[in-house]
Amino acid sequence: MIHNNCLGIIFANMHDEFLGEMTSRRTTGSVPFGGRYRLIDFALSNLVNSGISTVGVITKHNYASLMDHLGSGRSWDLARKRGGLVMLPPYGRPGTGVYNSRLEALSGAVGFLSTRSEEYVLMTDTNVVANMDFSDVLKYHKDSGADVTLVYKETKMPTESGRYRVLETKKDRVTDILINPKTSENVKLVLGVTVMSRKAVLELCDETNSRGLQDMVRDYFKKNMDSLKIMAYEFKGYAEFVTSQKSYYEANMNLLCDENRENLFIEGSPIYTKVRDDFPASYGIDSKVKNSIVADGCIIEGTVENSILFRGVTVKKGAVVRDCILMQGSEIGENCKIEYAITDKNVVVSEYKAVSGTRDYPIYFAKGKKV
Amino acid sequence: MLRKKECIAMLLAGGQGSRLKVLTENIAKPAIPYGGKYRIIDFPLSNCVNSGIDTVGVLTQYQPLVLNEYIGGGEPWDLDRVGGGVHVLPPYQKTGKSDWYKGTANAIYQNIPFIDRYDPEYVLVLSGDHIYKMDYNSMLTEHKARSADCTIAVMEVPMDEASRFGIMNAKEDGTIYEFEEKPKNPKSNLASMGIYIFSWKKMRKYLIDDENDEKSHKDFGHDIIPAMLNKGEKLIAYRFEGYWKDVGTIDSLWDANMDLINPNVPMNLHDKNWKIYSRNPASPPQYISEKAEIEDCMISDGSKVYGKVNFSVIYTNVTIEEGAVVTDSIVMPGAVIKKDAVVEYAIIGENAVVSEKSKIGGRPENYLDKEWGVCVVGPDAVLEKGTVLEPAGMIGKEEN
Repeated sequence: MIHNNCLGIIFANMHDEFLGEMTSRRTTGSVPFGGRYRLIDFALSNLVNSGISTVGVITKHNYASLMDHLGSGRSWDLARKRGGLVMLPPYGRPGTGVYNSRLEALSGAVGFLSTRSEEYVLMTDTNVVANMDFSDVLKYHKDSGADVTLVYKETKMPTESGRYRVLETKKDRVTDILINPKTSENVKLVLGVTVMSRKAVLELCDETNSRGLQDMVRDYFKKNMDSLKIMAYEFKGYAEFVTSQKSYYEANMNLLCDENRENLFIEGSPIYTKVRDDFPASYGIDSKVKNSIVADGCIIEGTVENSILFRGVTVKKGAVVRDCILMQGSEIGENCKIEYAITDKNVVVSEYKAVSGTRDYPIYFAKGKKV
Repeated sequence: MLRKKECIAMLLAGGQGSRLKVLTENIAKPAIPYGGKYRIIDFPLSNCVNSGIDTVGVLTQYQPLVLNEYIGGGEPWDLDRVGGGVHVLPPYQKTGKSDWYKGTANAIYQNIPFIDRYDPEYVLVLSGDHIYKMDYNSMLTEHKARSADCTIAVMEVPMDEASRFGIMNAKEDGTIYEFEEKPKNPKSNLASMGIYIFSWKKMRKYLIDDENDEKSHKDFGHDIIPAMLNKGEKLIAYRFEGYWKDVGTIDSLWDANMDLINPNVPMNLHDKNWKIYSRNPASPPQYISEKAEIEDCMISDGSKVYGKVNFSVIYTNVTIEEGAVVTDSIVMPGAVIKKDAVVEYAIIGENAVVSEKSKIGGRPENYLDKEWGVCVVGPDAVLEKGTVLEPAGMIGKEEN
């Protein structure tokens, strides 16, 4: 734990296209989740809790909210002199513009990668919510003598739309990587965590530039399946995929189950997030709250059931909130009734409104919208 | 020499707070949890930064470990500054005479070298025992406008309670002509709040004179203020109107928490322009279960409620199990109220465990003929199953 000889790379913009309006003005990494977090908090906390204290965050566009969230990295204990948090926004390259693929994105970070001295690089996306000990992954990578380690979870093939990668293996060695295979069987679903040596990553960046490689899986892993030792590491803990608005809704709602929360919020490996200095939540004299997650700074005077309330949400008298996700600063007016809805930050629903979606199609209100 | 500061604050945080009994056995009073997610010291520290004071010396002596760790580098209050910020100042060894802090004035006296480093015009003296929101800057403006040597914050208290306070007798224009500590027959109802602004040059002189006076108690109220009045210095009273509470006793600590859920009390933590900052633990949001019943409460992040909670303040990371009933109580960080336990009119200390079927405290109306009071279960106390604690009772960690 003291020093893992590994640095972290987070791809904050990957998967933006699947989350619709929610990512129209933010990165996937800065999508609010679970009452007081952003998706990137899970990747960052996992890295820090695993003793990895140098983390580069690769972004592409819409990263203002991400920068605001991360600040100096203090909340994750990443405001360090040696290492710490390093933002890697795209730099304009004459003629080519910003990157279009994961490999181009990684190549953009060559400057950062080549000045570091760590032996290994752990790369992760932000669309998987899990509490994962990366030091186990690293140990596996070293012990197995792998060139590449991919982390997977054994699970049913998701039915939600998205881009899923599935491993085929022979004694833990990856033999093929499939994209969205049609099957109802259990599959080895890739969790977007990859370990390689820093040297290999730098060589890959060179090759990306000289040979115009695009897709990491297609142009690198699959092409070199025989010469590269690609190993599969099974993560046995709790993980949620956020690959669409629907799965975003479900993943949040799954936190209402005690067991899931216990497996995500593990004592000794906390999930850190930006501190907002809210006051504790107030529950008024006529409030009625059941089976809900509530964050500090909420003022509840109405009824709330089966819902996730982010920090600073107000539910006024007589209002009924059921099966909803109300993001930071949302305000539900007196005597409103709102069901199966996702309100983005600072949405205001004025009094006596009735809004209802369905479990399969929760209604989404964009940031700052007044209803 | 550091960059000159106009005003720095010295926060007296060394007191034991012995009237809080088991609650301050292992921590200094300013480190006592308050209001769900705060500690008492968050209030003066937040007031300082909100008032534009960026240099604060915190004088510690009694049980400083929790307090030191809590203050840390000062970043939660934005007090990790270049040339200033928050400094913890315990007594230290010197060539010649070294000693513990022997009184409030002596504590500041021993830190004259610290204050001199900033060469301030004014020094604000605060205590770490009070819950209030106050703009020290407007007090300083008054101090400067009146060319005072010392300005003392005062507030009106009911006349029949005035004999419990240090009372300032002042003229119409606020000039103080007499100070009486807990007078039997008070002449005024202006109580000192223990908040002073001194012009540093004057204060420095009086601190040195006081130190050389062998009969002195080395206390601001008892010695420094009377000495300045005797010498004809200009002392003025700065009237404060608003919420202010000394949380020096079990009852007042309980009251001050209950005030937060009383809509008629003007203590507003929701004010975005005067935030109270605190060191936040990395806890998940709170979870309220299907079977929970909650009415008129304040609950903090990391808590899980499966039972019934009314008119209570629940701090961070508290668990209230199914069938448990908590009424009119305050439950401090990390405490667990087990299945079917009943807690009424009580303070449950940090990380205490109230085991199954325990019955802690009771309602005043059921004890009309007996002595009644708020119950206390001390920090880290683990109660046996079915423990009964009568009102006004107290259980500490050792007794179990």
